[in-house]
Amino acid sequence: MSEDRTPVLDVQGLGIDFGGLTAVNEFSLRVFNEEIVGLIGPNGAGKTTVFNMLTKVYQPSRGTISFCGQDTAKLSVVEMNKLGIARTFQNIRLFTNLSVLDNVRIGMHNKITYSNIDAVFRLPKYYQQEKEVEERAMELLKIFSLADKAKITAGNLPYGAQRRLEIARAMATEPKLLLLDEPAAGMNPQETEELMSMIRFVRDHFRIAVLLIEHDMKLVMGICERITVLNYGMMLAEGTPAEIQANPQVIKAYLGE
Amino acid sequence: MENMKNFFRTLFDNNHRSRTVSYLIVIIGYAVIELMLRTGNLSSMFQSLLVPVTCYIVAALGLNLNVGVSGELNLGQAGFMSLGAFTGVCLSGVLAPVISNGIIRLILAIVLGALVASLFGFLIGIPVLKLQGDYLAIVTLAFGEIIKSLVNNLFIGFDQNGMQFSFVENKLNLAPGGKALISGPMGATGTQRISTFTIGIILVLIALTIIYNIIYSRSGRAIQACRDNRIAAESVGIHVANTKMLAFVISAALAGAAGALYGLNYSTLVPAKFDFNLSILVLVYVVLGGLGNMTGTIFSTIILVLLPELLRGLRDYRMLIYAVVLIVMMILSNNEKVKELLAKARQSLPFGRTKEVEE
Amino acid sequence: MAFLSYLINGLSLGSVYAIIALGYTMVYGIAKMLNFAHGDIMMVGAYVAFFALNTYGLPVIVSVLLSMLACTVLGVVVERLAYKPLRNASSLSVLITAIGVSYFLQNGAQLLWSSSTKVFPSVVPSGSVQLFGGQLSISYLTIVTILICILVMVCLTLFINRTRTGKAMRACSEDKGAAVLMGINVNQIISITFAIGSGIAAIAAVLLCSTYPSLSPTLGSMPGIKAFTAAVFGGIGSIPGAFLGGLLLGVIEILSKAYISTQLSDAIVFAVLIIVLLIRPTGLLGKKISEKV
Repeated sequence: MSEDRTPVLDVQGLGIDFGGLTAVNEFSLRVFNEEIVGLIGPNGAGKTTVFNMLTKVYQPSRGTISFCGQDTAKLSVVEMNKLGIARTFQNIRLFTNLSVLDNVRIGMHNKITYSNIDAVFRLPKYYQQEKEVEERAMELLKIFSLADKAKITAGNLPYGAQRRLEIARAMATEPKLLLLDEPAAGMNPQETEELMSMIRFVRDHFRIAVLLIEHDMKLVMGICERITVLNYGMMLAEGTPAEIQANPQVIKAYLGE
Repeated sequence: MENMKNFFRTLFDNNHRSRTVSYLIVIIGYAVIELMLRTGNLSSMFQSLLVPVTCYIVAALGLNLNVGVSGELNLGQAGFMSLGAFTGVCLSGVLAPVISNGIIRLILAIVLGALVASLFGFLIGIPVLKLQGDYLAIVTLAFGEIIKSLVNNLFIGFDQNGMQFSFVENKLNLAPGGKALISGPMGATGTQRISTFTIGIILVLIALTIIYNIIYSRSGRAIQACRDNRIAAESVGIHVANTKMLAFVISAALAGAAGALYGLNYSTLVPAKFDFNLSILVLVYVVLGGLGNMTGTIFSTIILVLLPELLRGLRDYRMLIYAVVLIVMMILSNNEKVKELLAKARQSLPFGRTKEVEE
Repeated sequence: MAFLSYLINGLSLGSVYAIIALGYTMVYGIAKMLNFAHGDIMMVGAYVAFFALNTYGLPVIVSVLLSMLACTVLGVVVERLAYKPLRNASSLSVLITAIGVSYFLQNGAQLLWSSSTKVFPSVVPSGSVQLFGGQLSISYLTIVTILICILVMVCLTLFINRTRTGKAMRACSEDKGAAVLMGINVNQIISITFAIGSGIAAIAAVLLCSTYPSLSPTLGSMPGIKAFTAAVFGGIGSIPGAFLGGLLLGVIEILSKAYISTQLSDAIVFAVLIIVLLIRPTGLLGKKISEKV
């Protein structure tokens, strides 16, 4: 990775306090285009909190997040997504009463330009864009092996499929950076293996950057090009998978004294 | 020929079945009732219910978009009906000397009623939709009561010099030949009755079209997304407040239209008619018909409007029985065994809903 | 001096709202439901007290106790028959059922006792305390109402904080699932909550009817809505919140009647509620709800 390119995501000195308690402090990270970066650390280290700050679910107390060279200090959750950050959630958050296809179509919300007038009067623009949306949504579902389940209610999907659907929905927003919060949680080894190739495929096919939180070390070491380790809200180490695996501090944090 | 076949097939495919069924019910119902009217087989009591039923259906359909599809409890639908009703009555009264055709005045009144109600819906929605759950419900209740109280103190008159308004105290000073349109707690009196059942049915069909076309569109999906998971909806770039606002405003507009039709169906109308109990009544139609289920709303409204009338023979016991029916229906519809039975019955029907198959 | 007199009258009306609101808020806190029939249970209490006092000429204390007993039983029966089968149903289904119960009680009362208005005898001797050389006169009823409200509030707080049952109630309101795991019989706790909430509603009924003596089957509707508003005002689920909300609501209502407009007092009360909720979206003393992402 050449350092002279502008990073997609450039985080400097990020920190957040909850009622006097510092949850994350001095967190810095750069993610470059078409990179897969891992964010790991023991439970309660503040990994999801970092995601919540990057997507503005939480407003950071300190530090800067710049995305594609643009400062994001004043942006909201919605605006962060429009800018090009999409995410999945640790505790899956699907639109459970809607079909799998609708979940993905909802992801394309801001790609649709017809107005409510077009919709109410069913003007040609409506039909034309709805057709495109459906085609694109089905393409995405194919990538995540969900095409045959398009009409099923999302809440009825098995666990692994729900996780994949969340990624498909995030991809429907056409992000430049995809944040995955424990994408392999609850998956069996075979599903995890498939997920790894899906993540790689998405990166190569859509040419986007991926930042992921994961406890499954096989997945992390297998697909991440760089890894950042978080412990007690502080950065413990940063480097390639090989460097991280050899880092005595990391081993200590994970295994204890 | 092949085209025709395809057309009919689309009418009953998964996306369109519920919509087609509800249109059919309304049209068939209209045909049957018209036939009964022509042949003189409809008692005057039922005739007097025709227009009110269409009003309640339209208001309930709107509320179902708000409560069922958008998932926000609204206890103030009567307030929006009130706005529509008194706006409609005023407009019709003012236009009476200019436009003699009742139907044209009625349509204009309905349009203006819907506009005024949606404007208020928008203004109320700005603060209200920031709240969540039961807090949002109580604020809609509060707005309903405020609207009732304000209309109760409103005096509007009309003479050759134009419109006159006064508030709290009747200070209208109408020139000879002038007409009081709204007189505070007395409400509207001497209104020319121009509402017709046919316009009511057309309004129901328009309401259904608007609601279905919104539901199966970008905005409709967003509305449902915000209901199912607010945080996830924001994460895919949906502006939750704007989305909920859309459902709220459409719901208010339909209530306003329904109110105008209602107001012009009676020669006198008091503001107290549109109280908390009416809001609750419309909500009952929605919940009993099924949240998000428009066909169900139509059915439950018809049944619940007719029920007290059908029970008239039981005299004093009718409202008691009505209450018991309400409770028993709620308990049964939430009973697991009954749910199973219903699901089975549904599958055996030819046009029964084949619920998405589970894996 | 007039202001002080209005303020005290407001506190008195507010005390009644507060007692009804306590029932609303307790039920909400534990069963997580809006019991729209609460005002109507109060109405039944008023009728029972009326017949005990008027028809049977029973002493005031006995009448009030009878009325409380009737409301307690009614509250528990309603909960068992109508609400318990809906424990796992959506909150809207429960709401509609509560409305059904409300209709049932109103129409039942109308059948049993006719819709004509009855005049309720005051349970407190008429007369008043003169202060500031007669410039300020406060009726005994006003004083009794305020004192009883404080007494109810103190007893309830002690009960919730000091007794085993009270602790179990707090546990249920925090986390029902965890309460079950701790061996608490949640159904029993819900029944007790309905019993207490309905029981104290009878006290409110007697006080309300002593102040506004006309008794009719729809008596409970408006005070019910006002008390519900008071509960939300203070932060629904919070007992001190209901107390504070009730008092404030009463004061605002009386003051706006006195200084602004009688006709618009309801509109003003609800407008104040909306403003409060906009500034504090969960009421004055309500807990902030935040969802974990």
